[in-house]
Formats: sequence, C-alpha cells, structure tokens
Amino acid sequence: MRERSAIVLDAGKEYLAESRLAPVARGLGLSTLGELVSRLRSEPRGSLSSRVVEAMTTNETSFFRDLNPFDALRTTILPQLIQARAKERTLNLWCAASSSGQEPYTIAMVLREHFPQLLEWRVRFIATDISTEMLRRCREGIYSQLEINRGLPARYLVKYFEKRGTEWQIHKPLRDMVEFVELNLAGHWPALPQCDVVFIRNVLIYFNLETKRDIVGRVRKLLRPDGCMFLGGAETTLNVDEGFRREAADKTFVYRLAR
Amino acid sequence: MRALVVDDSRAMRLILKQILRELQFEVFEAAHGLEALERLKQTGCVDLALVDWNMPEMKGIDLVTEVRKLSDYSAMKIMMVTTETEMEQVQRALSAGADEYVMKPFTKDVILEKLGVLGLSAP
Repeated sequence: MRERSAIVLDAGKEYLAESRLAPVARGLGLSTLGELVSRLRSEPRGSLSSRVVEAMTTNETSFFRDLNPFDALRTTILPQLIQARAKERTLNLWCAASSSGQEPYTIAMVLREHFPQLLEWRVRFIATDISTEMLRRCREGIYSQLEINRGLPARYLVKYFEKRGTEWQIHKPLRDMVEFVELNLAGHWPALPQCDVVFIRNVLIYFNLETKRDIVGRVRKLLRPDGCMFLGGAETTLNVDEGFRREAADKTFVYRLAR
Repeated sequence: MRALVVDDSRAMRLILKQILRELQFEVFEAAHGLEALERLKQTGCVDLALVDWNMPEMKGIDLVTEVRKLSDYSAMKIMMVTTETEMEQVQRALSAGADEYVMKPFTKDVILEKLGVLGLSAP
C-alpha cells in the first residue's frame, strides 16, 4: 500500500483494511482476506493490486459526502413520501454498507433538522455493514477531529455532537434513531422491511456483474412501489437490472421501479 | 471568485492560497484582523474570508464581529480556520457571524468539502 499509494497503515488500523478489502475479496470469489493477500503476493504488479489500492483509498466516507443526494432527499424525495404516507405515517429507510456511520448519521441529521413531524411517525431506519468493527464504531458514534472536519456543517456539529476528550460523539437521541445490523450484501440477508428509501452508494463497484445483479434485484424486491434507491455517482442500474428507471431529483438522480 | 486569507502564519497563508488558486479564486492576504479590515476597504466585498483565530493586533473572532457590523460585507462567507477545537469556540464563532469552521490540521479535501457546504464550489 505504501509503495503504490503512499498510504501507511499503522497497527490498530486492521479494521480499515478488513472493511475496505472484504468486498474486493468477495468480488473475486475468495473467501478470506488471507487468500486475497496470497493472490496479491503472486502478482504484485497486476490489476488486482490496483483494485486493492483503489479500495483502500477511494472508498473513504465523510459526512454529507457528495452533498447532492442529501439535498435531493430533503427537497424532493422526503416531501413526496411524507405526503404519500400521510395516513399510515410510517417510513422505512435502509442505508447499506454504512461503513463508519457518517452516511446514516447524515441522513438522521437531515430527518431531525428538516422533518421534525417525523418524530410522531413510525420511522424505521436500518443501517447495515459487513464489518462488526465498523458496526461497533457506528453504534458508538465517536469521530475524530479529522472526521468531523470533513463535510459536516459547523451548525450540525454544535447541535448534534458533544466533545469527549479530543473526539466528538453523536448525541444519543440521534444514535437511537438508527438500528445498526450486520449484513453481507453478497450473502444471506436478515429480514428487512419493505423500504421507502434505500441508500446503497459506492459499494456495488466492488462486485462482479453477477453479484451486482443479484444485489440490485433483491433491493428491487424490497422497495415499495413509490420508493427510491440512491446509488453512488459512478454506479448505475443500466445493463445490471432493467427493473429500474433513472429519475432526476434536485441536482442528482435516483432509481425507481420501472412501471 | 475572490477570497481573503487572514492568518499570521505565512506558511499557512501559502497553503490556503494554493488550494484556493487551484479553484480559480483570486486570493488576497492579511496577517491579522486590522490588516484584513484595511485590505477589505481596498478590495470591497469578497466571496470568502478564511480567518485564523489567534493573531496579533486583532484576533479572528474580533474581526468576524467587526465585519458582521458592516452591511457592505454581508454577502461574504466567513470560515474560521483555527487550532481552537472546543465546542464553546465553535459556538462563539457561529454566534459572531462565521458561516463555517475548520479545525487545524486539515487536508485539502476538508477545505473543498466545506466550500461545497457554503455553496462555493469550484467556479
């Protein structure tokens, strides 16, 4: 890693390598990271090493990453859903591959900040990740100074965090909004509710086409008819699953069930 | 777009200036709050001011307070860039009229993402 990307992994950063590289290993049909390391040693200059470097460097996360999806959620998607669900007053959201939690907590802040009426609704907000270490971090909701510097508006820092030593912890009411569950996207999924909104961003890129099709197909079956799916900027359902159509929402796109 | 970088460290001004220039900002500099006020009289309102907290002559927090009294600069976005990392200081800066807050040390991405938050992405 140091030779190819100038990134140095100190002791104690094992969880980082695990969470970033597990999808790469699975995409190649390897069952353990050990097998991935063996494969890397046998071809240190091949395309695999590029994928490993890419996974270690570009799969990083930050609060309000890419901004536009969260603007679209606030200005378009949630107002539509709140109107459509006004009678039943239930909403189910799923944030897949939630990594260290910045994405689900960003969504939680958007919900709390702009849609206080949802406090009276039955909102189920599930965030999943394959890594137990990442899920532990998510539940704890503690972030370093560098992490809270990244993309988090200062007024949200003041409103939704408290300082603990040199780190910052998300307030408990916000932590309590999110259910963190272990889930391997490429494996068996635990029971999930029918969803109104699914965030599954910047993770499909790590899977081969067959696995992508399987995952996107399963998301399609989970989505409610007027629900929507958010993908990463470099991801699409085109040539993966024809059951989706792309629709403009604010300054980005969401994916809805094709009629 | 035009920006003013206010920091008593020449090295820090250089780092911030380089990041902003890559984003096509025209960049002005000042080494403390009083100099910043003088510079603003010459430049008029700029789009963005990056302001350190601890400086001689006039501190960043006092500069923010002064500038926010002047209607000529009400459109200027102000981002504190400082080693002050306590919650009270973030609150104080926002109350004084700062729009954003970055804690040192930072990376280039931190600045870019905060500019996005302020609606000041690369022109």
